[in-house]
Amino acid sequence: MKDFGYRVAVDVAGAVAAVAAEPGARFLGGGTNLVDLMRSGVEHPDTLVDITRLPLDAVDELPDGGLRIGALVRNSDLAAHPAVRRRYPVLAQAVLSGASGQLRNMATVGGNLLQRTRCAYFYDQATACNRREPGSGCGAIGGFTRTHAILGTSPSCLATHPSDMCVALAALDAVVEVESVRGTRRVPLLDLHRLPGDTPHQETVLEPDELVTAVELPAAEVAAVSRYRKVRDRASYAFALVSVAAGLVVRDGAVVAVRLALGGVATKPWRAVEAERVLTGAPATEDSFRAAADAELATAVVQEDNGFKVELARRTIVATLHRLATEGSAA
Amino acid sequence: MTQAPPAAVDTAGVLGRPVDRVDGTAKTSGAVRFSTDYPYPDLAHAALVCATVARGRIISIDTAAATALPGVLAVLTHENAPTMNPPRAVTLLDLSTMAASSTVNVLNTDEVHWDGQPVAVAVATSPEAAAEAAALVRVDYQASPSAVDFDAALPDAVEQKNSMLAPAGGSKGDAERALAEAAVSVDLRFTTPGHNHNALEPHGTTAAWVGDELTVHDGTQSIEWTRRHLAHRFGVPVSNVRVIAPFVGGGFGGKARVWPGTVLAVLAARATGRPVRLLLTREAVYRTVGGRTPSVQRVALGATASGRLTALVHTSTTLTGRAGGSPEQVVSQSRHLYAAKHMLLRQSQVTLDLLPNTSMRAPGEAIGTYALEAAIDELAHRLDLDPVELRLRNEPERDPLDGKRFSHRRLRAALEVGAARFGWAGRSPDPRSMRDGRWLVGWGVAAAYHPSWQLPAALTLRLSADGSVVLRSALHEMGMGTATAQAQIVAHELGVPFESVRVEHGDSALPSGPPAGGSAQTASLAAAVLSVCAELRGAVHALARRSGSPLGRRPLAGLAARDGGLFGPDGGETYVEVLTRAGRAHLDASVGGGSRLRRFADQARFMTRLALDGRRWVRAASGAHFCEVRVDPDTGEVRVSRWVGVFDIGTVVNAKTAASQLRGGIVMGLGLALGEHTLVDPRTGRIMNANLSEYHVPVHADVPELDVSFLDDPDPTMPLGVLGAGEVGITGVGGAVANAVFHATGRRVYDLPITLDKLL
Ligand SMILES: Cc1cc2nc3c(=O)[nH]c(=O)nc-3n(C[C@H](O)[C@H](O)[C@H](O)COP(=O)(O)OP(=O)(O)OC[C@H]3O[C@@H](n4cnc5c(N)ncnc54)[C@H](O)[C@@H]3O)c2cc1C
Ligand code: SF4
Repeated sequence: MKDFGYRVAVDVAGAVAAVAAEPGARFLGGGTNLVDLMRSGVEHPDTLVDITRLPLDAVDELPDGGLRIGALVRNSDLAAHPAVRRRYPVLAQAVLSGASGQLRNMATVGGNLLQRTRCAYFYDQATACNRREPGSGCGAIGGFTRTHAILGTSPSCLATHPSDMCVALAALDAVVEVESVRGTRRVPLLDLHRLPGDTPHQETVLEPDELVTAVELPAAEVAAVSRYRKVRDRASYAFALVSVAAGLVVRDGAVVAVRLALGGVATKPWRAVEAERVLTGAPATEDSFRAAADAELATAVVQEDNGFKVELARRTIVATLHRLATEGSAA
Repeated sequence: MTQAPPAAVDTAGVLGRPVDRVDGTAKTSGAVRFSTDYPYPDLAHAALVCATVARGRIISIDTAAATALPGVLAVLTHENAPTMNPPRAVTLLDLSTMAASSTVNVLNTDEVHWDGQPVAVAVATSPEAAAEAAALVRVDYQASPSAVDFDAALPDAVEQKNSMLAPAGGSKGDAERALAEAAVSVDLRFTTPGHNHNALEPHGTTAAWVGDELTVHDGTQSIEWTRRHLAHRFGVPVSNVRVIAPFVGGGFGGKARVWPGTVLAVLAARATGRPVRLLLTREAVYRTVGGRTPSVQRVALGATASGRLTALVHTSTTLTGRAGGSPEQVVSQSRHLYAAKHMLLRQSQVTLDLLPNTSMRAPGEAIGTYALEAAIDELAHRLDLDPVELRLRNEPERDPLDGKRFSHRRLRAALEVGAARFGWAGRSPDPRSMRDGRWLVGWGVAAAYHPSWQLPAALTLRLSADGSVVLRSALHEMGMGTATAQAQIVAHELGVPFESVRVEHGDSALPSGPPAGGSAQTASLAAAVLSVCAELRGAVHALARRSGSPLGRRPLAGLAARDGGLFGPDGGETYVEVLTRAGRAHLDASVGGGSRLRRFADQARFMTRLALDGRRWVRAASGAHFCEVRVDPDTGEVRVSRWVGVFDIGTVVNAKTAASQLRGGIVMGLGLALGEHTLVDPRTGRIMNANLSEYHVPVHADVPELDVSFLDDPDPTMPLGVLGAGEVGITGVGGAVANAVFHATGRRVYDLPITLDKLL
C-alpha cells in the first residue's frame, strides 16, 4: 500500500474541511473496508482523516418516537442497543448477522453504509472491472457469478451490495444525514445508493467530501414486528446469498402494513416495492406471500451461477413472512 | 533438616496419558518463535510479484517505479537475479528430491507456467515498502495458448502408473460384467473441487547468508529435504545449510515441499547481502503453494440381494500441473475397504497450466472416501439395508484386491462401538423421516481409512547423571504435540518421569527426523526411539558392569526399566546411581544418521523394507464416523449438529493430542464437505477466491461438539503398535455428511461442496 497521510479530526467542521481541502483525502471510520481496499490496491487515498473521535457515537430518541443513530456508533453497540432491539428488531438482527464480532466492534454505521462490493473481480487488479476502472469491462460476466445480483443489474455491472445493515435500513425508511462545507442535507436511504447503469463506479449520490453524521429511523408500528433472515454458505462470517428484512402487521387475517427489503440479490439495498404493493390489504397467507415474492422477482436477470437465487429468494421471503405472521419477531 | 525419602516415581501409564503438550504455555503466551519472528540486524523484507497469465513469456518488466520507492533495496527479476541450479528431478533413490514443488527455476526464466508463478521479488527495509514496490512492478507478457479448464480437459486424461509410494489402480476378475449381472447395483459419478491450504501460519522464511553459509528459518514440515533442496539450488554443500523450524503453525502437507517463497527469500538474501524475511500474504499462499486436485470419480457397485458385494469399480481423474505436482491416490482406500468379488480400480490424470497440486491432508483418500462411502450408502438405500449392516456384511478377512493379510483390522469394532455411542439404533431408515421442529434431520455413517507408513529417522539420546534425559532429533512440531508424545515414549521406555525428558527438535543441526507427512512421523520416530532407548539401557548395563554395580551381575534381559532405573525382582539401581558410581556426567546413544554412506544405506534399507512390508501386510489406520445434520427445508442450509468418531490408530501415545489430531481432521473434513472450493476461472486459470472471506473453511459455529474415541489396540506389526493419526480423521467425513444430508432430504449430492443451492 502506498504511503499516505493520517490526520485525526476532533470536530465535524474540521473533518469536512480537511477532506474538502484535499482531493485525495478520505474519511476513515473503523477502517475494516477501506484499509482492506487499500491493501488490495483498489483504493489509494493520499490522506486519511480519522473520524472515529467525532462526537457522533450516540443513539438518541427523536421527538416523534423515532431514533437518531450517530454515524460513528459501532455496529456491535447498535445491535445491542435496547431501543433498537425492542423497536427495530430487524435492524439489530441484521447488524448482528454481519461479519464477525471483532469486525462489528470496529465497524461504524457510516462505514457500513458506504462499504463497497465484495465482487472478486472488483478486488483483483489482474482482472477487468468497470466499477474499479471505468470502461475496462466486467470480469464477472462469463466468470464466477454465484454471489452476484439478480436485481438492479446492468450490462456493465452485476455486483451485489454487501451490507446487511442497509437492507434493514431500506425496510425502515431510514434517512441519512450528511454534512459538508456546503451545509447539511438529508438523503433517504433508498436514494443513497445508485443502480450501476453504465456508471457503476458512481456508487452513491454523495460527494467525496460529504460526511455522514447520522441515520434517522422514523417511528413505525410495523418496525416492531420485524425480523431479518440471512441465508449464507456457513453458519457465520459469510455474506448473504439472500437476505430478507421484513416487517408485518396483520389485522383480522389481512396485511395492514408490510415492509420488505432484500439483500444479497441486488446491486443496492433493495426495497421490494412490488411485493409490498401486492401484499398490502391481501390475506396474510402463504399464497399471498408467494404471489408477492413472484411479483418482486419477475424482473430478475440471472447469470450462469446465480439462477438459484430466484428460488432461494422466493422461499426465504415466504418463510420469513410466514414466521412473522406466526411467531412475531423473536430471533 | 531431615530430608523426605524420594517419592516413588510414577512411570506406569505414561504411555497414552492425556499429557498437556509441553509447549502449550510458551505458545499461548506468545513466547514461541515462528519462522518470521526471528530478529536479525539489518533485516530486509521481501514481497512477491506473481504472474497474471497462465502460460507465456515475459516480454518486459518495468521496475523503475518500484526501485525508486524510498526504502527499496532491490527488485529482482529474471533479468538481474543470481543464477540458481534448476530443481532436481524426483527419484526414489533420494527421497529428498521430492522437496521440489515444481520444475520451474523461478526468476531464472522468462517463462510463465501458471497464473501466480512469482516473476519478481521486491526487497526493502520495511514490509510495507516491499509490498508497495511489488505492486508497482509492471510486467508485460506474451501469453501462449494454455489449458486451464479441468472439465474441458477430461477427455484428454491419461492413465496413471502405479508407484511404490502411491499405488494407483488394480483389478480382480471382471468387474464390469459382474456389475451388469448384479441383482442390485449403483453406478454413480461424483465430482470434488480443488482445495487450497490455509494453515493458520502462512508460509514464511527468514534467510541469512554469511559467506557461503546459509541459515534459514522456514515453516517447513521437512527440514532435511528443505536443507538439501536449498543446498542444491544455491550450489553449496549441504553442511553449509542450516534449516531451523522448531515450531510450524500448521502444515497439512502444504509445507512438505519447498515452494517458491522459500527459495526466493534465500535468493533475495544472497542478492542483497542482507538477511531477508519473506512472509507470504494469504493471497500469495493461494497463488504460489499448491493444494488438493479437483476430481471426477465413478463408483459403481454391484451386490447380491442380500447385500454381498460382487462388483466394485472406482475410477478417478485428477489434475497435475504441467510444471509439477504429485499424484493423489484417490482410489487407494477402495483396494482395502470392502470384500468385493470383482474389482476394477483406475486413476487418470490431466495435465494443466495451473499451480502444481500437492499433498493436502490425506491426499487422495480424503476425496476418494467421499465418493466410495456415498456410493455404499446409496447401495444400502437401494437394498433397503442399514448402511452399517451393509458395511459389516462386506468386511473382508483379507485384503480384497490381492489377498494379503491385514496387519490388524478393527473396522468392525469401530463401526459397532460408534453405532452404540451415537445411538444409531434409533435411526428411522427412510429419507426425510426425521424432523426437529422445522429442521429436517438426517443421520449418516461412513468409514475412515488411511494407509500407515514408516520413514527412517535419526536421533540421539543423552542420559545425564542428574537423571534428566534429552532426546534430540530434527522432528517437526507443527502443533500436533510430537515432542510431547515422543517424550512420553522415552519416559515409558526408560522408566523415568515424563517431566525429566526434554526433546530438542526442529533444527537441521540435530540428527535428521523423518518428514512430517503421510501420518508417518509418530510411528517413524517411535521405531527409532525404541531402538535408541534399548541401546541406552544396554549402555547403562554395560557401565554398571564395568563400574562394579550389583546391577551388572544380572542379565539385562531380566531387568525392567522403571522407577528411574533398571530393576529386577530383587532390586536394582537408578540411572543416577549407576552414572554417579561410574563418575560419568552422561551417557549417549544414537540411531540412524551418520555418514553419507550410512544415509544411503539407511535409505536403501528403508526402500527394501517398504517393498517387503508392502508385499506382506496391509496396514492402515481406520475408523467410523457417525453424524447428524439439520437441513432447513426452505433454504437448504445444512448444519452439522452431532458427531461421533471412533478410530483405530493402534496404540494411543497421548490421548489428548491424538484426539486433537482427529478432531482437526474432522473439522477440515467439514470444510471439504460443506464449503471449501478453490474457484479457478476457467477462462484464465486464475484463482478468484484467494482469501479466507470467500474460500469457506468452517467457522466455530459450523462445528458441533466432536465425540472422538479410540479402540487403543496396538498394531502387532508396528513399533509400539502405533499407526498414524494425522490424516485418518478427514477421510470419510465428506461421505458421512453427504449420507446424512441424503437421509435428511432424500437428495444425494454428487458434487462437493454441499452448498445450499444444490438442495433447493
Ligand atoms: C471479512 C469481512 C466480512 C464481512 N462480512 C460482512 C457481512 O457479512 N455483512 C455486512 O454487512 N458486512 C460485512 N463486512 C463489512 C463490514 O460491515 C464493513 O467493513 C464495515 O461496516 C465498514 O465500516 P467501517 O467503519 O470499518 O468503514 P471504513 O472501512 O472505515 O469505511 C468504509 C467507507 O466509508 C467511508 N466512510 C466511513 N465513515 C464515513 C462517514 N461517516 N461519512 C462518509 N464516509 C464515511 C470511508 O471513507 C470508506 O470509503 C465484512 C467485512 C469483512 C472484512
Ligand atoms: S460485477 Fe461490477 S464490480 Fe464485479 S467485475 Fe463486473 S463491473 Fe466490476
